[in-house]
Amino acid sequence: MAGNVWVLAEQWRGQLSDVTFELLVLGRELATTVGGPLQAVLLGHQVTDLAGKLGAADAVLHVDHPSLAEPSPEAYCRVLAALIEERKPRVLLVPLTNVSSDVLGLLAARLRIPLVNFCRDVRSADGGLEARCLLYGGKMETAVAVAGSPAVLGILPGSRAGAGARVDGKPTVEAVTVPLPAESPVQFGKYIEPPAGDVDVTKQDMLVSVGRGIQTQDNIELAQELAVALGGVVSASRPVIDQGWLPLTRQIGKSGATVKPKLYVAAGISGAPEHVEGMKDSELIIAINTDPQAPIFTVAHYGIVGELVEVLPALTEAVKAKKG
Amino acid sequence: MVPDIVEELEVGPDGKSLDLEFQRPIVSERDEHALEQALLLKERCGGSVTTMALESADVDDVLFTALAKGSDRAVKVAGVETPPTTAEAAALLAPVLRGLLDQKQVDLIVTGCSAIDDLDGLLGPFLAERLGLPYLGIVTGVVVGADSGRATVLKEYAGGVHAEYGIALPAVLGVQAAEKPPRYVPVAKVRAVMKSGKIETVSAAAPDQASLLQVVRMTKPEAAGHAEMIEGSPEEIASKVTDILSARGLL
Repeated sequence: MAGNVWVLAEQWRGQLSDVTFELLVLGRELATTVGGPLQAVLLGHQVTDLAGKLGAADAVLHVDHPSLAEPSPEAYCRVLAALIEERKPRVLLVPLTNVSSDVLGLLAARLRIPLVNFCRDVRSADGGLEARCLLYGGKMETAVAVAGSPAVLGILPGSRAGAGARVDGKPTVEAVTVPLPAESPVQFGKYIEPPAGDVDVTKQDMLVSVGRGIQTQDNIELAQELAVALGGVVSASRPVIDQGWLPLTRQIGKSGATVKPKLYVAAGISGAPEHVEGMKDSELIIAINTDPQAPIFTVAHYGIVGELVEVLPALTEAVKAKKG
Repeated sequence: MVPDIVEELEVGPDGKSLDLEFQRPIVSERDEHALEQALLLKERCGGSVTTMALESADVDDVLFTALAKGSDRAVKVAGVETPPTTAEAAALLAPVLRGLLDQKQVDLIVTGCSAIDDLDGLLGPFLAERLGLPYLGIVTGVVVGADSGRATVLKEYAGGVHAEYGIALPAVLGVQAAEKPPRYVPVAKVRAVMKSGKIETVSAAAPDQASLLQVVRMTKPEAAGHAEMIEGSPEEIASKVTDILSARGLL
């Protein structure tokens, strides 16, 4: 089962995303086993210099067009569909991020090719591909055989350490022209930056982060008291933000901030991949959850099975007592 | 409908799927937000909201709840024999939506941008491609202005950054979060709607596409590591935690 392994090199606002390098590591593993080259696909406008940072790939296919200057699901899909139809790679790995995930479904549906979502691993098996995917918020892993080629795989951030692929070099860069219409039914307008004025959670040493398990808005006060005692602030996972209980500026994870504090207390957070992606590199992670099987315990250094309304106040008092 | 992941999940006897015997399915959280966004649009711009769902256990309750929340119509696509994959669901829903589009009854199709069991597809883009409509996902806000042929859509990126896009209507949107939390509707109101409201039923056409994936096995994830668990009373736990923090110079 030879064939090219492609990685969509995600660039956003002129920078390559960290996940790009993670996918290059995974892509190299796969390319080695299937016996084909690893190629990065770089889409954008006036970002040709980024190709030099993709030295972990054997080659870079680069499409430069004004319509690709900002994430555009339709333009990305048109370009990738044209490239795939012409060159028939074995597989395309796409980061499961807010920048790139839209194109996954469009591409698979347009070309009627297999799509595998929520992948954290893929290998060659029995002449085909077998992908391992985290479903149900990370609580179950499903192994799937992928019929047909090419296939498009959505890869969860954090599936590999990306450091090994941060190789500057001079991969062969092939500039490819794909015609795009001047008008698109979906047109980028402008970016809207997050409101200023709230604390910057990325600059905090101590974060007490609350999730669905906090249960009520009033209970956030318990986390707030612990955060104050520690000298930190409260942050949250998506469900708490969606309820409007804390502002978007406090969100940790895929759509929020990526943080690396000295201490991260995950209070009532189950540990879905979308959240773990934003806090897994914290220096010390202490998780509190009523579910002993919660995925958060696989990334935490210390775990506590218990009720937040009991554990948080006890922790606050103990921290205060220790600090005098 | 998806399993409630707050509950404990177990692998079924076939080793390839969830054990659903003791599972009560719930509406996918993103779909709750999609409905809320549709209702907010209706309140601001007029028009009507039709809630559509594939037949499954408890789906009537879900559709009556949607009516109680303010949906004008509820449509159940019946004849779904086994729980479909996402790709199959798109194949079942698309012909029904095509019929409504042909009657010019649809300006916007909103879905949740993803669901926790989306293994072989994503409903929004799959529908958009089948219907030949534009798509945008990870949406957190929609404005339909005086030019009813277009909408302005907010899409969420990382770090709290959003982007504004213009999109030609009709279109398909994958909603990440509605502009407001999904509204609560009292059970009494849902019960009242169950007596007075109506769910329209249409038959599903046979899906023209089977899943291109074959599930080999389902397991609980292998973890690279596991937390060292701290046990005891809340006070004992707190004492152990502060010892750990002190040893690391964090207190």
